Amino acid sequence: MNTRLIKDKIATGILWASMALVCFILAGIILFLVSKGWSAISWSFLTEPPRNQMTEGGIFTPLVGTLQLIVVSMAFAFPVGVFTAVYLVEYAKDDIFTRLLRLAVRSLAGVPSVVYGLFGLSFFVIFLKIGASLLSAGLTLGCLALPVIVGASESALMAVPQDYRDASYAMGATRWQTIRKVVLPAAFPSIITGAILSVGRVAGETAPIIFTGAAFFAPNIAKSLFDQVMALPYHILVLATAGTNIDKTRPIQYGTTLVLLALVLGITLIGVIWRAHLRGRNQSLK
Amino acid sequence: MGNTLRGDKAPQRIIQTISIIGVAIMLFILFFLVKESIPILKEVSIFQLLFGMEWYPTYDPPDYGMFPLIVGSLSVTLAASILAVPLSIMLAVFISEICPRKLKELLKPVIEILGFFPSVVLGFIGMVVLAPWMIQHLEAYSGLNLLNAAFLMGIMIIPTVTSLAEDSLASIPKDLRDASYALGATRLETITKVVLPAALPGILQAVLLGVMRAIGETMVVLMAAGGAAIIPLSLTDPVRPLTSTIASEMGETPVGSIHYHALFFAGLLLLLLTLGLNLLAMFIERRARRLRA
Repeated sequence: MNTRLIKDKIATGILWASMALVCFILAGIILFLVSKGWSAISWSFLTEPPRNQMTEGGIFTPLVGTLQLIVVSMAFAFPVGVFTAVYLVEYAKDDIFTRLLRLAVRSLAGVPSVVYGLFGLSFFVIFLKIGASLLSAGLTLGCLALPVIVGASESALMAVPQDYRDASYAMGATRWQTIRKVVLPAAFPSIITGAILSVGRVAGETAPIIFTGAAFFAPNIAKSLFDQVMALPYHILVLATAGTNIDKTRPIQYGTTLVLLALVLGITLIGVIWRAHLRGRNQSLK
Repeated sequence: MGNTLRGDKAPQRIIQTISIIGVAIMLFILFFLVKESIPILKEVSIFQLLFGMEWYPTYDPPDYGMFPLIVGSLSVTLAASILAVPLSIMLAVFISEICPRKLKELLKPVIEILGFFPSVVLGFIGMVVLAPWMIQHLEAYSGLNLLNAAFLMGIMIIPTVTSLAEDSLASIPKDLRDASYALGATRLETITKVVLPAALPGILQAVLLGVMRAIGETMVVLMAAGGAAIIPLSLTDPVRPLTSTIASEMGETPVGSIHYHALFFAGLLLLLLTLGLNLLAMFIERRARRLRA
């Protein structure tokens, strides 16, 4: 009896330790990057373009490039993702098309990011002749974000109580009127939080944009959809591995990495907190 | 009235048409990867591609043997899984069975946020922290090696495996645990003999999806694995997985060259591997659901 209780205590201790280890790794990485990168960050670091073969200056161009990529990818993925979820939740019958659609969305979620890059290169850049550009890279990232948005929107729509729909039908509304005026407004905040989380994913991705439109260096921010863009993640890769002055630019590398991490985690944190808030409110409604 | 009803059909058609895009993208990915891979098969036999030991695509004559790259991908994935899977499952058990409720509400978002860590940031950590440490303490020839990449890749898959395994543990009915406790079992006995066996299909699925994520991971191996196309004989040997080969070489090869098609073939291999794992996970999920019903 006694050994059983001792074993139980030891196992509990080990499980607590596993939690502590993971938190320690996470906190260690964040604190390390903050301590190393903090000194590099200043207002001018954020608002000046890289200068002198990227050994001096700031990260204005890649920062704006990343924001532009987010806008282009969402302009594609958000409407398509939300409407796909609307179809799956509100219209879909259990037929072959629905099964195929579900299978496709699940499969897309598992496609490696570098394969998205190859697809973007062969389809957007070469086949559609868009060329390596903001548009190609943004659309490639949009394809990658699509399954995330579909998944989040699906659960948001399914969380809308059936009563809402029934009440709307009882008033004589058609299916589309019910979706547009009742279901979508009720689900919209949750859909937005899902989209915010997918923005967090898009902002940090590197592999899909390397050959579809990310520029090693660009003197200016992209003025049209057909210009190449610099992007923060690719900028880190370039500075850390391909630059001619890898050691000289270490401070810039730490600074850029910290900005990217802050951007991605900031976006994600907003999404997670807002979602928790919405769930709390939904629970109190029920 | 007739008008409203007719007006109701159009949105449905439009929405269904838009949702075709998702299916189209998946089919296009498959189609374009196959289409761009076919030309390499006319130059080199598939046996030579898969089992050739030499990857020298820029030599004259070039060699397109991908065996070292495939072994590179599998070895980093295996090492990362050995490091991260037990830890992730322990963490999932902790969150679902032991964690106080207040801490749980904090811990679950923290794990989720860890999953959003950009891989390029982790790769950078591998270069500036792990690599110097390995040279100093493990007497590694190069700090950029299999073990370095495996550590980072382990960090990448912890959130995936933990949250899916935790979902599966949380779906086990409380009655099962209560029955076990009523028989006088300790918490450890309840976890290992009742809860874990019941959650096994879900945990297996979590592990498969974690492995799938690891095989496709690119930036971490590109920056931290060293990039030598050799069969690794020790944990501190550098490796060159399929993903990093594509990412580092595609930019330098002319579109339409044999090398270009060889890299698409490498991408097709990755796609088929990850699709296979994904389908296997779906199959397990469906069987588990049918068994429960």
